[in-house]
Amino acid sequence: MQNAERKPRFKWHILVFLAPAVLVYTAIMIIPIFDTLRMSFFADVDNNQVFVGWQNFKMLFGDERWADHFWNALKNNSWFFMIHMLVQNPVGIMLAAILSSPKLRFAAAYRTVVIVPAILSFVIVGFAWKLILSPLWGIAPWLLDSVGLKSLFAPWLGKEEYALTTLSLISVWQFIGIPMLLIYAALLSIPEEVLEAGECDGLTGFSAFWKIKLPLILPSIGIISILTFVGNFNAFDLIYAAQGALAGPNYSTDILGTFMYRTFFGNQLQLGDVNMGATIASAMFGIILVGVCLYLFAIQRRLRRYQF
Amino acid sequence: MKLKLGLALMATTILGTAFAATAEDVTISIESWRSEDLSIWQDKIIPAFEASHPGIKVKFTPTAPGEYNAALNSKLEGGVAGDLITCRPFDQSLGIYEKGQLADLTDLDAMKNFADVAKSAWSTDDGAHTFCVPMASVIHGFIYNKDAFKELGLEVPQTEDEFFAVLDKIKADGNYIPMAMGTHDEWESNTMGYYNIGSNYWKGEEGRLAIINGTQKLTDKPWVDAFKSLAKWGAYLGDGYEAQTYPDSQNLFTLGRAAIYPAGSWEISGFNAQADFEMGAFKPPVPVAGQDCYISDHTDIGMGMNAASKHPAETKEFLNWVGSPEFASLYSNALPGFFSLSNEPVTLEDPLAQEFVSWRKDCHSTIRPTYQILSRGTPNLETEMGNASANVIKGTETPEAAAARLQKGLASWYAPQQN
Repeated sequence: MQNAERKPRFKWHILVFLAPAVLVYTAIMIIPIFDTLRMSFFADVDNNQVFVGWQNFKMLFGDERWADHFWNALKNNSWFFMIHMLVQNPVGIMLAAILSSPKLRFAAAYRTVVIVPAILSFVIVGFAWKLILSPLWGIAPWLLDSVGLKSLFAPWLGKEEYALTTLSLISVWQFIGIPMLLIYAALLSIPEEVLEAGECDGLTGFSAFWKIKLPLILPSIGIISILTFVGNFNAFDLIYAAQGALAGPNYSTDILGTFMYRTFFGNQLQLGDVNMGATIASAMFGIILVGVCLYLFAIQRRLRRYQF
Repeated sequence: MKLKLGLALMATTILGTAFAATAEDVTISIESWRSEDLSIWQDKIIPAFEASHPGIKVKFTPTAPGEYNAALNSKLEGGVAGDLITCRPFDQSLGIYEKGQLADLTDLDAMKNFADVAKSAWSTDDGAHTFCVPMASVIHGFIYNKDAFKELGLEVPQTEDEFFAVLDKIKADGNYIPMAMGTHDEWESNTMGYYNIGSNYWKGEEGRLAIINGTQKLTDKPWVDAFKSLAKWGAYLGDGYEAQTYPDSQNLFTLGRAAIYPAGSWEISGFNAQADFEMGAFKPPVPVAGQDCYISDHTDIGMGMNAASKHPAETKEFLNWVGSPEFASLYSNALPGFFSLSNEPVTLEDPLAQEFVSWRKDCHSTIRPTYQILSRGTPNLETEMGNASANVIKGTETPEAAAARLQKGLASWYAPQQN
């Protein structure tokens, strides 16, 4: 600090250090997002792009040829998200609570096992589960048969009423390690003194978790919820790998991502429609934006943080 | 983590080789959805071309069938598509041609080897311009396990009643799954099911053209009756057919677990390699004994030139060769089941392929009804056909309701159907 008396100069190094991130982010995120939004206001007329205002959106939400598929996809997507919130996150928290128990042996091994599916490719997960559940060559019917419960087996991925739930649970299986790790880290950061103080007041075991640990990890649960929300409404890979672009049977596993893919890139004799595809992508962007904003303003601000 | 690293390494290797290939000067590459034919192109067809045309190297770079159209469109838009484009029939290729991404090949020397009807799938609506060299058509029918038929004492069915009687017998015996088909992939249901048996109902070209010019509707009797016949199939498919995919069906048949396979002739070479039992084929059974028979003899595959090709001269040379009788014979015999559209007669060696092609003598040929013009709008008729056929087989939608839904969808954008 020998030059502290000098006039403050423009700090070029800040720009230099920011530049790589800003440039890369702009090139691969910001420009494409705005270009997608732009494309959703155009339509193809005789191979020329013509500005049509809100017409694409009106069609997507109002014209039954598009709207039926859109609302169906949105409904399926919400169910997909619900299953994650109801199964993935509570079970993840439970696993983290068990893992953080000092009495548990081989904790590191369990942790690894639970996190492994999350680093597998969607294609591998989709294909492996398709094989496991296959009524022809799968081990699921064979396993059920060996305990005399073959009657419980159904071709889950081929039945309209089960397919989406099955795929949601496969996705839960794949990603359960992520909430577990985040909560696990949050649990470890709770100081012993707080728990010991609780113990002096008679809080042990389950009630200690419920009354001390859970309130302290609420911010982490909030973060996980919003990550799940964004991840689920952007989901595409697993459904595509397991069911193909048509998201069968009878569109029962069609979520916004697959609907967008099918529209944008086309399918079989259906030619790709970049403008309607962009419109769906914009709608997805809007849905996620609204969801994240709601969370930030309604929930995040009310969460209390504790400093130790 | 090791696995992930391995995958990353694998990915870079694949990408690396792909870039290396496009960077090579005298190499022209072929875009195709026929990934099953990779070895035939690499071992038979391309060496034959390269032997007679020194200085040109050809690379066959196929994509999975379901992704081909989407991948091709993106590659063409992005300017990274191969020099030679394997053409789907009708609108898919016409659309690409109209965008100026496929070159006009009307004046190509080899075009004189093809009749107008062969070229129709790759010509503009007025027939003035042709943009792909016709390669082959595929014929629909049923392939059956001859050993299983002998074992159960079954005769090849000629009429629909006989067909279902045969299926009943196989089912009662219980040793074989009567028919290998699944509804998971949807396109199987209409391509191998509805179009296969349907042309006998709507009388081939007569019904197909009547839908195009608006004199028949998809809710008319022939179209609904075909769905009614298809609706009976569900009972004869394997356990859990709802989750059975197309490769599952192929394996089920070639492993000898199913007796009948609703087929397209394109399966022949794959089945010859996989199955260790004798196979036969029968044409779609007629609903009424003694009526004329109609087969789906679909102009399926052609080859065109990427208008942005950097090696137009070499590419045209290859296309001229593709149109030659030499290629017709080489291709039809290397890939039995793909029947050359060339005027030059081709002698086929494969007995199963001979069986398929022999139906051309006895029956009227038609093509798949949704391919010309009718799949230009939203909702897409071909996609909806697959969806409706799968629903009808599963019994989740009645034939009448399916037909009504398809008609409503078609009429929503296709003017001749709107009165």
